[in-house]
Amino acid sequence: AAMSRRRLQQLVGSLGRSAKHFNESEVECLIQLFDTLVLKSGNRFAAAGFDRDTFRDALHSAFGMTDDTMLDRVFHTFDRDNDGCINVVEWVEGLSVFLRGTLEERIKYCFEVYDLNGDGFISREEMFQMLKNSLLKQPSEEDPDEGIKDLVDIALKKMDYDHDDKLSFMDFEKAVRDENLLIEAFGPCLPDIK
Amino acid sequence: LFSKTSGRFEDVSESSSETEEDEEQPVCHQEGNTDLLSEYWGIQKLAKYLKGGNPTATVIALCSMRDFNLTQETCQRAIRDIGCLEVLINLLDTEEIRCQIGSLKILKEISQNAAMRHEIADLGGLQIMVKILDSPDKDLKCLAAETIANVARFKQARRTVRQHGGIKRLVKLLEYISVGSTSLTPYQAKDTEIARCGALALWSCSKSTKNKEAIRKAGGIPLLARWLKCSHANILTPVVGTLQECASEPSYRLAIRTEGMIENLVKNLNSEHEELQMHCASAIFKCAEDKETRDLVRQHGGLQPLSVLLGNSENKPLLAAVTGAIWKCAISRENVSKFREYKAIEALVGLLTDQPEEVLVNIVGALGECCQEPINRTIIRKCDGIPPLVKLLTGTDQALLVNVTKAVGACATEPENMMIIDRLDGVRLLWSLLKNPNPDVQASAAWAICPCVENAKDAGEMVRSFVGGLELVVNLLKSKNKEVLASVCAAITNIAKDEENLAVITDHGVVPLLSKLANTNNNKLRRHLAEAISHCCMWGNNRVTFGETKAVAPLVRYLKSNDPSVHRATAQALYQLSEDPSNCITMHENGVVKV
Repeated sequence: AAMSRRRLQQLVGSLGRSAKHFNESEVECLIQLFDTLVLKSGNRFAAAGFDRDTFRDALHSAFGMTDDTMLDRVFHTFDRDNDGCINVVEWVEGLSVFLRGTLEERIKYCFEVYDLNGDGFISREEMFQMLKNSLLKQPSEEDPDEGIKDLVDIALKKMDYDHDDKLSFMDFEKAVRDENLLIEAFGPCLPDIK
Repeated sequence: LFSKTSGRFEDVSESSSETEEDEEQPVCHQEGNTDLLSEYWGIQKLAKYLKGGNPTATVIALCSMRDFNLTQETCQRAIRDIGCLEVLINLLDTEEIRCQIGSLKILKEISQNAAMRHEIADLGGLQIMVKILDSPDKDLKCLAAETIANVARFKQARRTVRQHGGIKRLVKLLEYISVGSTSLTPYQAKDTEIARCGALALWSCSKSTKNKEAIRKAGGIPLLARWLKCSHANILTPVVGTLQECASEPSYRLAIRTEGMIENLVKNLNSEHEELQMHCASAIFKCAEDKETRDLVRQHGGLQPLSVLLGNSENKPLLAAVTGAIWKCAISRENVSKFREYKAIEALVGLLTDQPEEVLVNIVGALGECCQEPINRTIIRKCDGIPPLVKLLTGTDQALLVNVTKAVGACATEPENMMIIDRLDGVRLLWSLLKNPNPDVQASAAWAICPCVENAKDAGEMVRSFVGGLELVVNLLKSKNKEVLASVCAAITNIAKDEENLAVITDHGVVPLLSKLANTNNNKLRRHLAEAISHCCMWGNNRVTFGETKAVAPLVRYLKSNDPSVHRATAQALYQLSEDPSNCITMHENGVVKV
């Protein structure tokens, strides 16, 4: 069901303020896009939002993102109330960081993506999970897991500043500020400029 | 996989201003040191992820690799031994921006090593980096340009860059605008950074003559001129560096003059960054070959900061550039007056001892030019400049000798100076330089001898005291070099004023030798030859001998020249020769009256 004009105006206004990086006309466009996606979603959530599959398809077609694990995590990060559905506020505010976030905002975002269990740390096991398919060619005699475990070691050596064998937010942030490339250290979760 | 041996020398035959920096890599020594071994294996391990990992794993490995001391030989050997360099370059060829950036950060560091540069170029790295300059990603552009700047430190690399359209693209990087305000927005700061990296790369590339031309054709000059007006030393330095490198080309010197760049170069002489000051002075040094530039330097107040910089004698490259600039600016007499006002002459004399040769050449050159003003010849004497100058006559550097002889000769025009020069045996030293294998030195010495002979007390006696000296001078008439010949004739003119010496050189066969030279179209030679003949007529049968050795007819032809000094000298010579009747007949036969 389409929103009344007045409600739309209010929504645009409030989102324009909370999603700091979009102006009002951009917010309107995003809301339109949202409506399209909701329709695609088959009205499962009664126009309150769209589901995971729709979200992943959208990101795939817009940004060529194909990593399922990552797409899942991005969805999870967008879906702040964790109800399996992206509503319009989550959509616009999420995109604000995703597309135009400052370095600080993006660091927070990526950390949330990588912190699989949400306990404030990226653990060895979580890193292993995310990196487990990252070796395409393996020397045949080696145990494939060994290669991944070594990679996790390398990552920790580089980023674990407080030497507690896991990455806190502070570790992660420091590592990224020192070397910007590490912001997507455990998988592509930001759009590519292409 | 074996890497190619690192014994490569550059071919220095190409451009004039190329000072080849690449040297042979020192031979690797065996390490028994376990620390180094662990570095070696550490890098090998990371290479595994570069070769077999997806972009995520690759980026982690690339970032980790930078924690090694990549300038250390072991690490570099590790990189080469396991074919890691190929992988790094292959990564550049992908569309994965993060991998490209990560790889370039490593390549930028290791390309500071000469052997690595060659490898990178051999593996086709430069072509890919040039392509990357087209990328919309600003960080990528900057890194590619900076790495090109490092790799392009040898000739073939510079050529490769040009052949693949690199120069055009690098010049384009300078188009990222925003000059003007001193505080930049982050956006503008990034653009300035792009221009800075572009300028760095162009600076490296500009050491090749063809690249200087390519930069010009790609419209680089107005862009460089624009950046010259900004105030950030970190971009000014490569911009001025490029300009001074290219200033060996007349087209650049013209542009520097006409696009108002002299003003900015002068302004930056006052920078607090010595490297920038040096490049500005260097640019002025090269451009001041042209008179208009010399005037512009004065008009924009450049002569004073140059004089002041003479006080900074610790920084030798800076001092060389400054003294060079002063030398060339001093070619214009109005500038000489200014230099005197700014006490540059005293400062220059003070620097006459204890400086490296490339600085001395310029100091002495400057002093020589300053002697255009008679008062300066006195100033030089008063601050004890003559002894060190005479001492320099014993050196071996030929460029220096040319300048020293010129300076000493200029000083010798003052009789009081001449006394000192004589006392210090300066004339004998000049005379020995006539034996120097370099014709420029010979000529310069001969020119200097003229005022010495003219102004010395008991000149005739002095000249006679040089054993074999007169014979030496006469024999130089056999030289093939026109400048040498003209200068020797001038010297002979002066020597011949002393009757006894004239007799001696006659005995040595000066007359036929002079006659042999008569058939020339060179006005300078004609004039001095005619003067020499004039003076040599005053002894014995020389007039007749000149006639017999066929000097007369060619001399008549000299009167057709459009040079008044030639006319004057020839007229004198013919007058002297005409005292012999058979010469008159010859002259008449050659239509002298008509002419």
